[in-house]
Amino acid sequence: MKRDLLGALLAARAAKTPIAIATRLDTGAQALVGPTPIGGAQTRGDLALDADSLAAVRLALAGDTSGTIETPSGRMFVQVYNPPLRLIVVGAVHIAQALVPMAALAGYAVVVVDPRRAFATDARFPNTAVTTEWPDDAMTRLAPDRRTAVVTLTHDPKLDDPALTVALKSDAFYIAALGSRKTHDARLKRLKDAGFDASVLARIHGPAGLAIGAKSPAEIALSVMAQATQVLHAKAGTGG
Amino acid sequence: MASDAPLNAQVNAQANALAHENILEAASEWLKSGRRVALATVVSTWGSSPRPVGSQLAVDDKGAMIGSVSGGCIEGAVVQEALAAIEDGKPRVLDFGVTHEQAWAVGLACGGKVQVYVERME
Repeated sequence: MKRDLLGALLAARAAKTPIAIATRLDTGAQALVGPTPIGGAQTRGDLALDADSLAAVRLALAGDTSGTIETPSGRMFVQVYNPPLRLIVVGAVHIAQALVPMAALAGYAVVVVDPRRAFATDARFPNTAVTTEWPDDAMTRLAPDRRTAVVTLTHDPKLDDPALTVALKSDAFYIAALGSRKTHDARLKRLKDAGFDASVLARIHGPAGLAIGAKSPAEIALSVMAQATQVLHAKAGTGG
Repeated sequence: MASDAPLNAQVNAQANALAHENILEAASEWLKSGRRVALATVVSTWGSSPRPVGSQLAVDDKGAMIGSVSGGCIEGAVVQEALAAIEDGKPRVLDFGVTHEQAWAVGLACGGKVQVYVERME
């Protein structure tokens, strides 16, 4: 890989833009490809791609699938670099203290949202992005996309509902709300009254997490991470 | 839970080091500091393999590593090829697996197969 190509690749990643690099494994020739032209050119690098080959690389990029593809420009390996996964945790509660490091280990950039300053402290969440904005303000600013998971943990409708309201209008790939079945039913009723269809409300995983009999905060965090992982890969697998 | 805070800090630091996202950034820093670098990428897998397609390992001219292309079973051999690529500048495609003639030496314990592309960063 040439240094100028590496520089352009890192710049795209820093800007959180999806980017792919196509490599002819026999010659080492490479082309940098984005969803749209880069600086006025369709590609950068020493590998020339005709229109059909370019479309094939962009298809792999859109599908978030690295791998070897056959194109009119030859057999090439496409490495896809999508922006990092994000997790927005609403509620700086005890379970969040377990969920945050687990999600970070799994490769998520994590943000904790809680306007209650006694909970959202640096001492409880060291080296973590914590905001004390009101959840709907924070959520609107963070703008969840299809690489974002949102988990509400407060059990408090004043905090959870505004966050869920923004999440349901976004492309977030995973939305989950902690709370018992009874709490969840009451939550669904409130959101229905607020104008959400049942089909939209079905996007909320509630109670949050896979049913693994989790009891402690760490076990509950594990069940939530497991479910987020399951949903992430199920969606990637079906091309959705 | 007084014990949670330091654990959190420690794990977050580890996560930053582990994240796939940081391997190219680290390789770029190595290049800037004058070290010579090769990049290994998993380009195909068959059967069970410990790391998916796209997993990367950066190697410098002293054999220092960041990232991974397996659970540790083929890294030694990949580093040797990476050092050779740093010297001659030629990209190479390496095959590892049960049918490889070196399988008994550097094969995958899991019985899978993996193809690794090694290139010099220049």
